[in-house]
Parts: sequence; structure tokens; C-alpha cells
Amino acid sequence: KGGVGKSTVSTELALALRHAGKKVGILDVDLCGPSIPQMLKVQGKGVHQCDSGWVPVFVDQDKSISLMSIGFLLEKPDDAVVWRGPKKNALIKQFISDVTWGDLDFLIVDTPPGTTDEHISTVESLRPYKPLGAVLVTTPQAVSIGDVRRELTFCKKTGLRVIGIVENMSGFVCPHCLECTNLFSKGGGEELARHAGVPFLGCVPLDPQLTQSLEEGRDFIQEFPKSSAFPALAHIAQQILDRTS
Amino acid sequence: MKIVKHKILVLSGKGGVGKSTFSAHLAHGLAKDETKQIALLDIDICGPSIPKIMGIEGEQVHQSGSGWSPVYVEENLCVMSVGFLLSGPDDAVIWRGPKKNGMIKQFLRDVDWGEIDYLIVDTPPGTSDEHLSIVQYLSSSHIDGAVIITTPQEISLQDVRKEINFCHKVKLPIIGVVENMSGFVCPKCKIESQIFPPTTGGAEKMCQNLNISLLGKVPLDPQIGKLGQFFFSEIPESPATSSYRNIIQRIQEYCGLHHSQEKLSNQGME
Repeated sequence: KGGVGKSTVSTELALALRHAGKKVGILDVDLCGPSIPQMLKVQGKGVHQCDSGWVPVFVDQDKSISLMSIGFLLEKPDDAVVWRGPKKNALIKQFISDVTWGDLDFLIVDTPPGTTDEHISTVESLRPYKPLGAVLVTTPQAVSIGDVRRELTFCKKTGLRVIGIVENMSGFVCPHCLECTNLFSKGGGEELARHAGVPFLGCVPLDPQLTQSLEEGRDFIQEFPKSSAFPALAHIAQQILDRTS
Repeated sequence: MKIVKHKILVLSGKGGVGKSTFSAHLAHGLAKDETKQIALLDIDICGPSIPKIMGIEGEQVHQSGSGWSPVYVEENLCVMSVGFLLSGPDDAVIWRGPKKNGMIKQFLRDVDWGEIDYLIVDTPPGTSDEHLSIVQYLSSSHIDGAVIITTPQEISLQDVRKEINFCHKVKLPIIGVVENMSGFVCPKCKIESQIFPPTTGGAEKMCQNLNISLLGKVPLDPQIGKLGQFFFSEIPESPATSSYRNIIQRIQEYCGLHHSQEKLSNQGME
């Protein structure tokens, strides 16, 4: 499903893992709508080549988060990438084989919505590297769950393990009166996880501070540890760390 | 497709902004005029939401001598989606571009649409196979234009600007932009909050900068997401209802104007 917060969760997961002392790479394979450069305040940067391939863009001074995205290859930020499948597949293959990531603890791959070229190519290209699995992001309502069920089928058919499901935009707490409204319903993600027999990683509430933080490329986890979204995101990151130990 | 008077594509660069929800309500709103025949074509092959939104999930498509029969929601409103061809809710369409293009062609060529006043095409997010194909396949007959959906925040607008560029590239006229999820009024304290803050001026600023029409803003109403419900009739008091009505009217006016212009230019050619 589109617009459920895949890029947001990818970015926040990377930041959380960095805070846990890990070296993280992010690969943004959303070729039509690359959102990650903006979220980490590195939009407009260039990509350099070295002898061993393309050098990813480092997000911070410590070089603990690196990023590759088609966003860095566009001449202008509003340029549309109007490519059919085969061209998209070729670039994704290059992103996976020709980028000099160096030694990483984690590589997070952010995908566009769907079960098509980008997803098939990514899974095929990553297969030799034995991926840990997939985190599926959904919002609580039925239209989203409907699409995510199909994504679960995709994972099953391609042999991709499912780490778990995240239910995003799960409730909005009015900043004025603290009343919680379930804008996009509630509980669909948890129920789907139960039905499909996969782990439920948690509910992340809607927090406009998070949206704003991402738009300005700030470190949400550092700046808003008191936000309602923070404990949920930290818990998701912890479960992923537990999977690797 | 020659017996289709008006064709409208609903696009967005960004996912999850409400394209399908808008398409369904646009179709329903246009169908209020019982003298008009409305068709809604869902070309989101991987994530076909239209059957669910319109409360017709699980309906079957039949084949006859004249082609595939679309699913009728009302006497004057029919729908086609890959959703009707799936065997169950877990059935995934894991296809690469060429196969998706083939399906879209079939939808246009092999469905027995009948004579249509308005064809609304709901698309997936992006600027790829589905979008290139639908514009290509419909280009022999005139497309009235695209309605582009966005939400207020910059991360959406960023993708929407690309979509606008796509429209320019393929010479697809833009009817205008709709800003969805534009503010939320708390049901308890009635104070408005910006769930998706318009940090760079929202759709209004973007439309001003790019000289494109802003058709309207639709506030976030949790009731809109409830399936099969069309709030013009069922929740007329919703703050979103009047926004929708105005937007639909503007789209009708745009199509009416262009129909007259085309007639005039055709007459001029004779």
C-alpha cells in the first residue's frame, strides 16, 4: 500500500539502529518517488565514483549512516523518472552490486508500494546475500490491509522471510484536548499479523511532529524522545536487533 | 473508446493520498445525474482498491459475445478492476511491466463498456508502465485531462511535482490539483489540527508556483474511510461533503467547456 509510512519507518529504523551503535546503509529503490534524501537532509548531494564502484552519500560526520537513492542522480529535484520496468530493474541491480557500501551492520531497503518490477528485482538481486527478512508497514484500515495481504503472498512466493508487521498512523492524539481519534481505524495490522501467523512489531501513532521532523531532515529520535511515536519506534528497532543476536 | 465522451485520469506521484477514494466518490458524484453513464476503471494492478472502497469486493466478471461485463454498482455506474479477477483476498498479482500493460490494454479493448459519458481511470502512484500505457492507449481519442491528488506536506508535493512534469512530458492536460487530508477537526474540542503540516505552503503554494488550478481542499474525516459509504447521501453533514461537491462541479465545468471547444474546432475543420 502507498502512503503508509514505509520511507518514514525505514528512516526512523536507521536512526534507531545508529543510536544503538550500528553502522547502517539505506538503499532507496523507489525510483519514481524517492523520499529518503529529504528525510535525512541530504537532497541535492552528488554521487561519486571510485575504483570499486559508486560511493554512497554519508548522512552524518561519523559516517554511520550511508544512503543511495535515485534522488541523487536527478538533474533537478522535480525531474520525473518515467521509466518502464526493464530500465528500473537495471538500475536496481546496479544499486545492489555496484555501490561500495563498505562494512555495514544493517542494510535497509526502502521500496515503493506494490508487488512488481522493483520488488521482484530487489529480492532476486539480494537473494545471494541472504536477507534477514521483510518488515511490512500498514495503516489500520481495510484498504491498506487488503494490499498488505497481497504483499505477504509476495513474500511467501519469493521465499522472503517476514520479520513482522508494523501498524502505522495508529491513532491521533489531539494536541489541544488529548482526545485520541482513530483516523484510519485501528487494530487491522495486529489482526492481520495474527491471521497470517507473523510477528506483530507494534503500533506507531500519528504524530505531526514526526512528519515535520522528517520534512526538515531532523533526528526525530534525538529531538522528540517524549513523543508518543518514540517508544513504538524504539521497540520495533529493538525487536530487529534481537533477531540478529 | 470512441463512444466515451469524457476521460479523466486520477493521478498522484505519491501513494496513499486518496486517489482511489477520490475516484470512487467522483464516479458516484457524477452518477447522481441519472442521464449520464459513468465508468470507473481501476488500473492499479498490484493494489486494486476500488472494489473494496465501493463495497463490491468479491463480485465476478462475466464474459459474453460482446466482451467482459463490468460490475454495475448502480444502473448508470459500472466498474472494472483486476480485483474482480483475483481468486481471493490473499491473491497477489506479481507481474513485471509488460504483463501489466497487456492487462490494461485488455481492459480498454475487451470490456463491454457500452456508451459512456465519463470514464474515470484510477491509477497507482508513480510515473511508470501503467501511466505511460494508459496515456498511450487512450491518446488516439481525446483525454480531457488529469486530476492530481496530493496531501499538504512537502514529502507528497515533492512527488506530485514529478507527476506534473510527467503530464507535461506526455502532453496530458491537467484539470487541476486536489489537496486531500487538509486539516482535521477534533470531534471533541472542535479545534483544527494539521495532521500533515503544509511546511512549504501546501498545494496552494505549489499550484500558484506552477500556474495550475487548485480544485479544492478536502479535510480529513474518519468517516470517509468507511467502505462502501458515499457521504453525499449518507453523511451529508460531513465537512468533506461540500468540498467534494465543489470539486466535482469544477471538473464537470472543465469537461463541458472542453467538449464545446472540441466541437467548435471540429466544425472549423469541416
